[in-house]
Amino acid sequence: MFAYIVRRSLYAIPVLIGVNLITFFLFFVVNSPDDVARMHLGAKRVTTEAIEKWKVEHGYDRPLLYNRSEAGVDRLTDTIFFDKSVRLFVFDFGSSDSGRDIGADISQRMWPSLAIALPQFIFGLLAYISFAILLVFFRGTYLDLSGVILCVVIMSISALFYIIGGQYVFSKLMHLFPISGYEPGLQAWRFVVLPVLIGLFAGLGTSGRIYRTFFLEEIGKDYVRTARSKGLSEPGVLFGHVLRNALVPILTGVVVVIPTLFMGSLIMESFFGIPGLGSYTIDAIKNQDFAIVRSMVFLGSVLYILGLLLTDISYTLVDPRIRLS
Amino acid sequence: MTFQPLILWTDALVFLLVVLVLLFALYARNHEHLRAPWRSVVRSRIAVASLIVLAAYTLVGLMDSLHFRKALPMQTGQQEVQYEATALSVLDLLLGPIRTQDEKTYSAPFATHLYAKEYLLDSDGRRVRGFPRLKYGGAHLADPVHDKGPDIRARVLHSLVQALLVVAVLSLLVTAALARRWRQPLATAAQTILRGRGAVPWRTALLMLALVILLVTLIANLSAAWHVFGTDKVGKDVLYQSIKSIRTGLVIGTLTTLIMLPFAVFLGMMAGYFRGWVDDVIQYLYTTLNSIPGVLLIAAAVLMMQVYMANHPELFETMAERADLRLLFLCLILGITNWTGLCRLLRGETLKLRELDYVQAGNAFGVSNFRIMLRHLLPNLMHIVMITVVLDFSGLVLAEAVLSYVGVGVDPTTLSWGNMINRARLEMAREPMVWWSLLAAFGFMFTLVLAANLFSDAVRDAFDPRLRAQR
Repeated sequence: MFAYIVRRSLYAIPVLIGVNLITFFLFFVVNSPDDVARMHLGAKRVTTEAIEKWKVEHGYDRPLLYNRSEAGVDRLTDTIFFDKSVRLFVFDFGSSDSGRDIGADISQRMWPSLAIALPQFIFGLLAYISFAILLVFFRGTYLDLSGVILCVVIMSISALFYIIGGQYVFSKLMHLFPISGYEPGLQAWRFVVLPVLIGLFAGLGTSGRIYRTFFLEEIGKDYVRTARSKGLSEPGVLFGHVLRNALVPILTGVVVVIPTLFMGSLIMESFFGIPGLGSYTIDAIKNQDFAIVRSMVFLGSVLYILGLLLTDISYTLVDPRIRLS
Repeated sequence: MTFQPLILWTDALVFLLVVLVLLFALYARNHEHLRAPWRSVVRSRIAVASLIVLAAYTLVGLMDSLHFRKALPMQTGQQEVQYEATALSVLDLLLGPIRTQDEKTYSAPFATHLYAKEYLLDSDGRRVRGFPRLKYGGAHLADPVHDKGPDIRARVLHSLVQALLVVAVLSLLVTAALARRWRQPLATAAQTILRGRGAVPWRTALLMLALVILLVTLIANLSAAWHVFGTDKVGKDVLYQSIKSIRTGLVIGTLTTLIMLPFAVFLGMMAGYFRGWVDDVIQYLYTTLNSIPGVLLIAAAVLMMQVYMANHPELFETMAERADLRLLFLCLILGITNWTGLCRLLRGETLKLRELDYVQAGNAFGVSNFRIMLRHLLPNLMHIVMITVVLDFSGLVLAEAVLSYVGVGVDPTTLSWGNMINRARLEMAREPMVWWSLLAAFGFMFTLVLAANLFSDAVRDAFDPRLRAQR
């Protein structure tokens, strides 16, 4: 087990190097730092001095890959590639284009993100599984059919609609929750409830339907028939046998998103004005702060790879038949 | 009036796609394993109904993909004909006046007066604050308060009659054609259709068609004198914007797939067929791309493209071309983030297929690897490709709206539902609220995505019998 985890973690290294090279290529090769500086300074006739000044201020004034003017190791380390890309491997994100410390920002902003994402994840899992098992219990009836139709309709509506509509109905008309904003500490719950509820509803279509097929797949198997032929009641079959087995694909499927919960939801946070990592990223995109976008791309990839690793491990934990090799 | 056809990049690709689809349809006609599932698709009532909705959207999208530029009137002493800078499409011609009939600012659906107060001169020549009459919406009425209801009713009735006529003629034609094919008298064929018998649900198809035709006549009659969905902040007709957005949605939903398909199919097949280091390289490639969160990769790429476009304005002749290239690039980058799933599926299936006897036999006879992939593997992977293409479509249409909100979507000058929603977001906070652009955009998008979802369900059930058994 331990050896496997080590091996898998080692396998993640070339992937991360690949991610790093892609971001480096995107941010520095497609457009030279000069182009970026010109873009930031805005005006069409920017003097070369202004560009040079901006580049020095933000640390873009060095060569991309190889510094001829330095000696020894510095030839490789005193470059943009080393300073802006390689440092990401030790989570040294540097400072943003507006001069803020990205690492500090991230560690401060991940808590509001978690406050939204974690309840949404846990309650979502409970709600979707209950919904799916309800449909499966009444399978073949009109309740099942209307449930499936509801799922298709829900997933055909843009998530933006739920957010805008929910904000309008619950905050503006009924004054149940504040429209947007956030407060740290326990007072946060007032700001968290509405985004979580909206997120739960928006995800019902896709997840509810998939979980329903997981249950149906399980219900067609032989052991279920055996259980029925032995005289078990339908709830007994469903909750005693089918639920436990269908949880295997459901749980292993969601493990991959657990690490990425930190990243927050881009649109949800930005609509509700929650100072998490999602709105951080959106603001960075809107302000064209490339340093932040670069850091978030890297962070997102690390978390995703971590999620894949956890998925593999969780398979062995819930299903002893699978051996890691 | 002279005009100059203008073929934008996406136009060319859209029509290439149409040609490919037609070629594929011809190919599938002669191959029973592809034909049979499609036959069972058109036997499902839901699939037929959604297919007609999709066809209506596609027709609008195709008409909107035929662009041209009108010639400017000749100045004296001018040798060459000059053309207008803005590109029009055939759809613009059909939509006629609603493109140009702009009001001053917001007006509600079927409004006769503006939504914002202005200083007006009353009959005595004094300045009072009030809602001015619209320039076009209901302008033909002398007494808007009393005549509005009857006018709208008359127009609805008019369109009902028109639609009824068209549908009657159309149904008669369809019935006659079917009667010939089934070798039945006309009356018997009509009975079969009306009772909903026969393999293909013609009754559903005709009903849905009638609904679409009714909507078309309603829009045609009502929008001639009213702003059916109101106007937006700068007075543009919202209905016009929603209809023009159809093309953008369709282009993103289809061209993305067209772009990613060659990569996904060939890399997936190569990885599964050659195995060894080729497999390792391709797997590494898609794991790496896949591990970057999609939205962030798109955001990064689009930001970089913006920088590039800002620094190289000389590459783009007109605004339309610039917006068009940006749309194409968005499709490209969406394709890059999307191909990994299909590639992995195809790799897995190829791994299974390559062990089968006929592939082994091909190897033993010395058939070249490329030929085996093309002749023996690809046809047997087609069903996976088709399911994925259809399933991806609705997700891509929805993604456009989110991306436009984040600010990395289509060009702000391109008409798209995402841009409409993005602009309308602040209008919800206005007092009194402006809700129509938002609702129109969501409504148009919902219809398309729902039809696509229902259709893709039917396609998946038809091509994947294992799943059908579970339903």
